[in-house]
Amino acid sequence: MAVARKIPKIMETPTAFCAGCGHGILNRLIAEVLEEKGYEKNHIMILGVGCDCNMNFTWGGDKLQCAHGRATSAARGAKYGRPDTLIISYQGDGDAYVIGFSDTMNVAYVNANITTFVVNNTNYAMTGGQMSWTTMPGQSTTTSVAGRDCESTGTPIKVPEIIAGNFDVAYVARGSLHSAKEINKTKKYVRNAIEAQLNQEGFSLVEVIAQCPTNWRVSTMDANEWMKEKVIPYYSLGEFKKRGGDEA
Amino acid sequence: MKGVKSMKEMWKGNHAIAEGALRGGLEFYAGYPITPQTEVMEYLSYRMPELGRHFIQAENEIAAINMVFGASATGKRSMTGSSGPGISLKQEGISYMCYNDLPCVIVNVQRWGAALGTLDSSQTDYLRDTRGGGHGDYRLIVWAPNSIQETVDLLYEAFEKSEEYRNPVEIYSEAALGQMMEPCEMPELKERGYDLDWSWDGTDRDHKRVAQQDKPAHHKAKYKKIIENEQRWESVETDDAEYVFVALGLPSRVARDAVKRLRADGEKVGLIRPIAIWPYPVKAFEELHEGVRGFLSIESTDMGQHVEDVALAAKRGFEANIPVYLHATNQKIPKVKEVIEVYRQMKKGELKEAF
Repeated sequence: MAVARKIPKIMETPTAFCAGCGHGILNRLIAEVLEEKGYEKNHIMILGVGCDCNMNFTWGGDKLQCAHGRATSAARGAKYGRPDTLIISYQGDGDAYVIGFSDTMNVAYVNANITTFVVNNTNYAMTGGQMSWTTMPGQSTTTSVAGRDCESTGTPIKVPEIIAGNFDVAYVARGSLHSAKEINKTKKYVRNAIEAQLNQEGFSLVEVIAQCPTNWRVSTMDANEWMKEKVIPYYSLGEFKKRGGDEA
Repeated sequence: MKGVKSMKEMWKGNHAIAEGALRGGLEFYAGYPITPQTEVMEYLSYRMPELGRHFIQAENEIAAINMVFGASATGKRSMTGSSGPGISLKQEGISYMCYNDLPCVIVNVQRWGAALGTLDSSQTDYLRDTRGGGHGDYRLIVWAPNSIQETVDLLYEAFEKSEEYRNPVEIYSEAALGQMMEPCEMPELKERGYDLDWSWDGTDRDHKRVAQQDKPAHHKAKYKKIIENEQRWESVETDDAEYVFVALGLPSRVARDAVKRLRADGEKVGLIRPIAIWPYPVKAFEELHEGVRGFLSIESTDMGQHVEDVALAAKRGFEANIPVYLHATNQKIPKVKEVIEVYRQMKKGELKEAF
């Protein structure tokens, strides 16, 4: 039976992302969870710099644009200012894992009671597709034209594993947006991360593997296939850390 | 106790900065250790929890200013502080605060030089701090106290001023001013007591920001208003002065002593002491009489920085081209004898003007 799905109020303005981009899906998942939890009017999206800047003009909830890489630090300050408000940093992989690596590590290190969503699309998308620390081995980008050479540039970074394996945080997971099944799982991770903050458990981070057909220079459907074949085998999905002894 | 005048006590400059900010309503501090400013955060690290306020020792200066960015946006009276090198690291965050019209207080207890520099007392951050410091066209309200009491008094007012204009206020201190002790009277603790109606509270209410395309006009109007209303200075014996010393911070205390001694010798000298160094007190120059024959900037810099503002202000105050001289003392605070000697050379025409 067909189920009528209401568009969350937060998503009333159409997103400004490219066709086939994963950001819109993640926006929707977060918006749905915020409405389910009754936080559509009690949250602040602390925005990183990258494609997420588009959300300044489309996200229908409170939002604050930060400096590149610093969203988690700003979120830490904002959580002090508004302890009863959901404080969420929304960042890309370049923002949270490269220029903002220190900020991300340090909020995890102190287990700050904030939630971070990181869109990992394996490149610097907003600036036109440069290599990121998440770029796959051999992946062609505008700064690794012949394909990423891991010998000289390192292997793709796994920040959720670093955090889950080293810091006493509340929740860490990695989801993907390449299929309906994984999107549903990712929504569960989003919900768990937000609940971790509401339960005062501390830092929660969900990395979301997302499509970037524009910069991968493939069609939308081919992007999903490429994710499934090349990205997911390397970036394993699931929950890496959960409070209450339920560690995956 | 209310109604009882509190006693003057000996306060170390950096501790006075911390307590003065708390008396003025400081609620959130994030900082990173650096000599000669560290005592500010050491003091706050135990004093803030006592008062139920929040202190964070950040992992670096960049994170610290961005924590302040978040706390300020959510309406908390927030402060960070450092010395020259650390303030350099904070510049991007300061630029973001100005662009977003966020208030905060920044304390710079300066040390000498570029790069690591030295721990000597100096004023070598003058141009950076009075010109905004980061990318884009903005300014901070910058106050340069010359005593520990004045440091406290300015900090006590700083949060309100910062909220009035929705712009950061910087306290421009110096290593020696942070390290020395002086008798000081602390004002009573005060709080804002109301919510800033534009602050971020999660409801997506109006943050009273202006659209990007309106930013240039908005900032121009804001800073124009600050320039009109916030010039602060002290003039000493300038009514009939033929030569006017211009000095701020610790060198201004030396300049004042030099004026006193030279006046005792019958010399017609005076002093303008900018308290706000941005907006620069051009009005102090405009109200001088026409008989001024020269200005002398006395400053703890290497090549002269404040002297540029003296020259610009002299141009505003006088149609004639009044010579502007410089006495820059590098890593040292100038000495009274030295200033008197420079004055005599200037008067005899033996000193080459800077402008």
